[in-house]
Amino acid sequence: MADVIKKATRESYGEALRDLAEEYPELVVLDADLAAATKTGIFKKAYPDRFFDCGIAEANMMGVAAGLAACGKIPFASTFAMFAAGRAFEIVRNSIGYPHLNVKIGATHAGISVGEDGATHQCNEDIALMRTIPGMTIINPSDDVEAKAAVRAALDFNGPVYMRFGRLAVPVINDNADYKFELGKGIVLRDGSDVTIVATGLMVNEALQAAEALANGGISARVVNIHTIKPLDKELICKCAKETGVIVTAEEHSIIGGLGSAVAEAVTECCPVPVIKVGVNDEFGHSGPAVELLKEFGLSAENIAAKAKEAFSLK
Amino acid sequence: MDVSSKKELQRIACKVRMGVIEGTYNAKSGHPGGSLSISDTLTYLYFNKMNVDPSQPDDPGRDRLVLSKGHTAPALYSVLAQKGYFPEEELKSLRHIGALLQGHPCIHIPGVDMSSGSLGQGISAACGMALAGKLDGKSYKVYTILGDGEIEEGQVWEAAMFAAHKELSNLVAIVDNNGLQIDGPITEVCSPEPITDKFAAFGWHVITMDAHDFDSIDRAFEAAEAVTDKPVAIIQKSIKGKGVSFMENQVGWHGTAPNKEQYDQAMAELSAQLKELED
Repeated sequence: MADVIKKATRESYGEALRDLAEEYPELVVLDADLAAATKTGIFKKAYPDRFFDCGIAEANMMGVAAGLAACGKIPFASTFAMFAAGRAFEIVRNSIGYPHLNVKIGATHAGISVGEDGATHQCNEDIALMRTIPGMTIINPSDDVEAKAAVRAALDFNGPVYMRFGRLAVPVINDNADYKFELGKGIVLRDGSDVTIVATGLMVNEALQAAEALANGGISARVVNIHTIKPLDKELICKCAKETGVIVTAEEHSIIGGLGSAVAEAVTECCPVPVIKVGVNDEFGHSGPAVELLKEFGLSAENIAAKAKEAFSLK
Repeated sequence: MDVSSKKELQRIACKVRMGVIEGTYNAKSGHPGGSLSISDTLTYLYFNKMNVDPSQPDDPGRDRLVLSKGHTAPALYSVLAQKGYFPEEELKSLRHIGALLQGHPCIHIPGVDMSSGSLGQGISAACGMALAGKLDGKSYKVYTILGDGEIEEGQVWEAAMFAAHKELSNLVAIVDNNGLQIDGPITEVCSPEPITDKFAAFGWHVITMDAHDFDSIDRAFEAAEAVTDKPVAIIQKSIKGKGVSFMENQVGWHGTAPNKEQYDQAMAELSAQLKELED
């Protein structure tokens, strides 16, 4: 087996900004003293005149982004998810969401895989927060390929977009000729008839591994990659509910308000089936190596497979 | 400023004030006090200073104004109506269901450059607009009006730091220093004073003016024009409720609409002022 290439999606974000800058002259990048970590430093190095460090002042950064967008720029406001969605929530709602301005929010270091920095920086609530803002698009890419495609899609879309990137290097799983990113459209990565695993972000790879393990045990699991959490591909989710009868969701986010909630909300309206959620339970994280934390908090192929069996038994 | 232009501005400002009373009376809510304290400044900006054209509200080269103290939207709407962005009649449906004029400024209203009203946010958007102007080599100016209570918001000082650091000399922030906020005098609630010293310490060029004297207003904005290396803060000494005798300097008129009797009295006072100016 060939070596698996691993890359953090924050790295993909920084590279995509740099690579798309020439094609999109209105693209500018803002950061809040985290350029080395969010990887916007990659852009800064190539386009210093189009990069603006706002200092440690995320509220103002979001407002500045709004003003830039109101004058035709396409600003990418970048910081950690905790501060982008958490600290600056009300500015994102009122200065970006309400006027529906063309601001792109690049939120890195999302989820528990922040690792050693611990609970204060492990943002497991950002999807929930952003979902409540009318007109906000939310993208949570699963790997390098998808993250880069997401940045381009955000540029081509006129309106506010929240993009969620990770700190941890994750396997590249979408490097194939068939891969196509369509905003708001889920991707069926593996067909199956007994259970559907709907996954997002770094949990997509775990879901694929879980499906493989389940197949060995005689359970046929379908795997759906939901990179766009809002607007959700309800059509696909409902189709899966009807065809497989049970759903397991998998996300590196709280089980409250994220992908699992969105999927459950959707199926209750079109085809009520059991939805079992794999995610961070209603608790804070703590310090530790990312890979170990993911296992500890059940964000693993093993736990997805266990939950899929549980779901299957409900049929 | 010559006598005739001054008189014309006073006349328009009086009509703007009448629009504020008309709007808040019909809305049965809203914020007349702080609207009246900025009526002269807004009139000066839209009729004597800003490069704007109501027939082209989205002109990329236009000057912009962000009403950071968005609750005083009645004054902005009234001046925009006087300028011809929409009919004056719209003021009567302010805050009504289905109306064009929302309780706080909304970017989709002709002439409104930014949604605002959650205090502390408008100045950041104004910074972004000024930065965009610098990037594009455009000569437009960006004005933003803040309340003196509003500057208690921390985001204002994040923006103040940013504007000075980025040398946004195309940005003018006006602080409406009427001395009153909802809970009482600003000096008693959680004092933001000394306001001029604070902006100076943050690297701004600071100018003070009398917000109800067009000569003073004119001198302040002319002086602001001359500054080319830093943002300008104009601290305007104003009177909350200015122009309506029983509203002047009364904190209670921050967010209360006039009833029929009060409306009639206010309109009678303003009509008398207008008549005097038109004679």
